[in-house]
Amino acid sequence: MGSPAPRHREKAQVLDEIALDRALTRIAHEILERNGGAKDLAFVGLRTRGVSLAHRLSEKIAQIDGTTLPVGALDITLYRDDLGMRGTPVIRGTDIPFSIKAKTVILVDDVLFTGRTIRAALDAIIDLGRPTAIQLACLIDRGHRELPIRPDYIGKNLPTSRRESVAVRLREHDGEDRVVIEEPEEA
Amino acid sequence: MGWTRKDLLTMRDLEAGEIVLLVDTAASLQEIAGREIKKVPALRGKTVVNLFYESSTRTRTSFEIAGKWLSADVINFSASVSSTSKGESFVDTAKNIAAMSPDVVVVRHSSAGAAELLARQLPCSIVNAGDGAHEHPTQALLDLLTIREKKGHFEGLHVAIVGDIAHSRVARSNIHGMRKLGMTVTVAGPPTLIPPFVQELGAKVSYRLEDAIGDVDVIMMLRLQQERMTEGLIPSLREYSRFWGLTLDRLAKHARPDVLIMHPGPVNRGVELSPEVADGPYSVILDQVSRGVAVRMGVLLLLAGRKGGDGA
Repeated sequence: MGSPAPRHREKAQVLDEIALDRALTRIAHEILERNGGAKDLAFVGLRTRGVSLAHRLSEKIAQIDGTTLPVGALDITLYRDDLGMRGTPVIRGTDIPFSIKAKTVILVDDVLFTGRTIRAALDAIIDLGRPTAIQLACLIDRGHRELPIRPDYIGKNLPTSRRESVAVRLREHDGEDRVVIEEPEEA
Repeated sequence: MGWTRKDLLTMRDLEAGEIVLLVDTAASLQEIAGREIKKVPALRGKTVVNLFYESSTRTRTSFEIAGKWLSADVINFSASVSSTSKGESFVDTAKNIAAMSPDVVVVRHSSAGAAELLARQLPCSIVNAGDGAHEHPTQALLDLLTIREKKGHFEGLHVAIVGDIAHSRVARSNIHGMRKLGMTVTVAGPPTLIPPFVQELGAKVSYRLEDAIGDVDVIMMLRLQQERMTEGLIPSLREYSRFWGLTLDRLAKHARPDVLIMHPGPVNRGVELSPEVADGPYSVILDQVSRGVAVRMGVLLLLAGRKGGDGA
């Protein structure tokens, strides 16, 4: 998740529309390969852009395998370890309209950074039931982990400095499919 | 819009954006009630004290459940079994409780302004859970959430609030909230139970039930607060019920087919509402109670989760 920093300017483009789509196609294949098919899989996307990515991965798997996997949306605000440090908590609601019991849950997020969001998401998912396994798919892994968390599927490894931020722009929210590195305006 | 207030005391203080933020937050938290494990860790390590100087079933239980679902530690204090009965004053009791470092104190008291008095004296967040005939903001918020869930929006809706308006903090909080959100409010009741200043709050007044319920989206019936009535404001319960009781017959004759019937509880069946109406298809009384928990979770979360909001 991009932190709410002041103003940022674009430094470099990391993925364009085609590269982003290819990365998702590859992740979809990897998910099927690793799990020996689509049986008992379910997607849970992290609000907000992880949910859109989860829907896209589900569509890809439907195209490849013919199986339509369920997609849920997870809001981890209530599980954050920094309540009261970031200003008003914005709750966007968890909506997982299926049982995750005995399912392999593929957690989907746009950018993996410190790992704290994923730590919160793991707690949130486990509170909803006991899945067989949880796997993690991220479009961008930008490093700087602060917790022992490792993704299972990565769109692109992207070494960054801490002062930069990574913006994943998706059609559904931003009108374009693109990933860019940004840095603070005033340098 | 962010939340910056230390306390939630009145609907009158709030801006429309703050009301919508509270309602939106509560709406997103409703999902927790449907979970197998109804607990999230958001307020782990926070302490909520329920300080109730007036009897309450719904509100106190609702705050307690809300706090517990958010993992806060909730302590209930009721005046009848405390040092109040040994002569300690309200402010002294509250200061003693504050000395134990709670994050939020939820207070109900029979005197208007009690919550504000505490808010000025104590460093922790104060939630007004009803102060005399003044305000009851969380009730108005849960009413608003219920209305939005059922009607889809606020703007342009017309609400009739019927009964003992003079003694009703629920009516006052709702009038403030609804007017800010662009709704029309008509209050109706016998002239002795309509307070003189109510038009100043932006409400219309009607003295006949049949007229008041004719063209409204929501009918909110209120209980006769006989415990607050010191003089004979109504001739008899029977007469009140005959003129002001909402029956199926009256609804069918005068109200719209899609009207919502609300009541903040406790219902005096057969007085303001006939049992057929209270349990009937128009009634959303129990929906109000369910949403009350979500609203109180939202309030606790926003107060305890505001920036630097660690109760200090």
